[in-house]
Amino acid sequence: MKVLVPVKRVLDYNVKPRVKADGTGVDLANVKMSMNPFDEIAVEEAIRLKDKGVTEIVAVSIGEAKSQETLRTALAMGADRAILVVSDEKVEPLGVAKLLKAIVDAEKPDLVILGKQAIDDDNNQTGQMLAGLLGVGQATFASKVELTSDSVTVTREVDGGSETEKLSLPAIITTDLRLNEPRYASLPNIMKAKSKPLDQKTPADYGVDVTPRLTTLKVVEPPKRTAGVKVADVDELVAKLKAMGVAK
Amino acid sequence: MKTLVWVEHDGKTVKDATLAVVTAATKLGEVDLLVAGSGVDAVAAEAAKIAGVSTVLTADNAALEHPLAETVAPLIVKLMSDHDAFLAPATSNGKNIAPRVAALLDVMQISDILSVESEDTFTRPIYAGNAIATVQTKDAKKVITVRGTAFEKAAAEGGSAKIVSTDGAGLEQSVSTYVGSEIAKLERPELTSAKVIVSGGRALASSENFHAVIEPLADKLGAAVGASRAAVDAGYVPNDYQVGQTGKIVAPEVYMAIGISGAIQHLAGMKDSKTIIAINKDEDAPIFQVADIGLVGDLFKIVPELTSKL
Repeated sequence: MKVLVPVKRVLDYNVKPRVKADGTGVDLANVKMSMNPFDEIAVEEAIRLKDKGVTEIVAVSIGEAKSQETLRTALAMGADRAILVVSDEKVEPLGVAKLLKAIVDAEKPDLVILGKQAIDDDNNQTGQMLAGLLGVGQATFASKVELTSDSVTVTREVDGGSETEKLSLPAIITTDLRLNEPRYASLPNIMKAKSKPLDQKTPADYGVDVTPRLTTLKVVEPPKRTAGVKVADVDELVAKLKAMGVAK
Repeated sequence: MKTLVWVEHDGKTVKDATLAVVTAATKLGEVDLLVAGSGVDAVAAEAAKIAGVSTVLTADNAALEHPLAETVAPLIVKLMSDHDAFLAPATSNGKNIAPRVAALLDVMQISDILSVESEDTFTRPIYAGNAIATVQTKDAKKVITVRGTAFEKAAAEGGSAKIVSTDGAGLEQSVSTYVGSEIAKLERPELTSAKVIVSGGRALASSENFHAVIEPLADKLGAAVGASRAAVDAGYVPNDYQVGQTGKIVAPEVYMAIGISGAIQHLAGMKDSKTIIAINKDEDAPIFQVADIGLVGDLFKIVPELTSKL
């Protein structure tokens, strides 16, 4: 059984994003980039499924050439090979989903595991779009995955609790934070990952038009909150709450 | 423009999240609602009373009792032949369904909008709310999810829309089936619509402490209870309590962060609250940079004292 795991290179989640002064975007020059945290969970889940019948894990990334580093991380964690679709232009979820569909058509994986959202654009779309384009089942926000030879049962995190769905294979899963705790790549595995196969492609190789549909007119900082006050004790806090009408 | 709005409901009543989406939709033009489900007459009747709605379309079918994206997306795509935009709340349902609809329509979705600037221009948060992007779409049809806390709720009464049944028949479950669900029992107000939220973090140190310290205060204030990811991961409370980039986005009048340091992922979920109150023993905790009122000290002393004095 083959699993495809798309991964995205994003600003490291610990870094506070700085909005560029000219309003064109977030400053990504000389800042730490990492694999999107939800994608790490996706890679980890694919690896954990290796004793449940998964024989090959293919990691895919779409983006600038440096995304190679992100794929090497996936390979070091345990993916078997990687495909990089190089695009210097930013590719939107719809374009990514179309490229992934082309890759799925070529690779015929039984399962595609994606992160539920990338922490840069916060879109939460790609997995659902891919499932729609392929006409297959989707289980988003997965917190538990049980795989059999012809189906997968997924527990999903939904507002108010959890929900379980059973999907025929092939299927699309997007990961939520609680699905697993991703492993760290060990030094020997990082070394080994350097010799694992990594194919480089372009959107044109797949005949996919990734022209953006959205134009970002400007990016600004969110309104700043005004500095607050510190109160000395509970009585003062109670008085404030009463003044706000929150407490009687 | 004619918009179609996904009605979020539990089979009995319309959920509040829908009302904010109606407000966003009225900024784009005529508003139709879609009530999909099984036995939805009561929901449709309630939806028809929402102010500003022209038509309530119902899709009533046993296959829609638990509306899976695989089943409802083709239905919505069909209805989009005479609508210009599809709007859904950025709830787990909306986020699950809308992108599938967008892909089937070959359009790029605009997620989690904060405002409608014009017919084709919207603002939305990126980078966990650390930046606000203004985006313009070139797509003829629009698929949009709406952040509920960013729009006023439309009046639930006063409208008199006509109810029209669409072709909900002939729908079949295909590739996916619903197995079951576990919905946490909530005796308190729902997080996303509560006026006051009391949230606890890692510093509570145990599930027992969380219940003993946070909940009595919440009950005194008639507040919903939230939590940071650390408190959820440690198992103090179920994960649907989580406020943050990966949990729920809230904007209550008062948000009390107790024993929460204020990581950016948490702030992304609550920094639009009107008043933020922080109680933390670390006076350098980042939460104090966004808090309107801060109290430095041991929560195990402060919170019970506060509860008793209210």
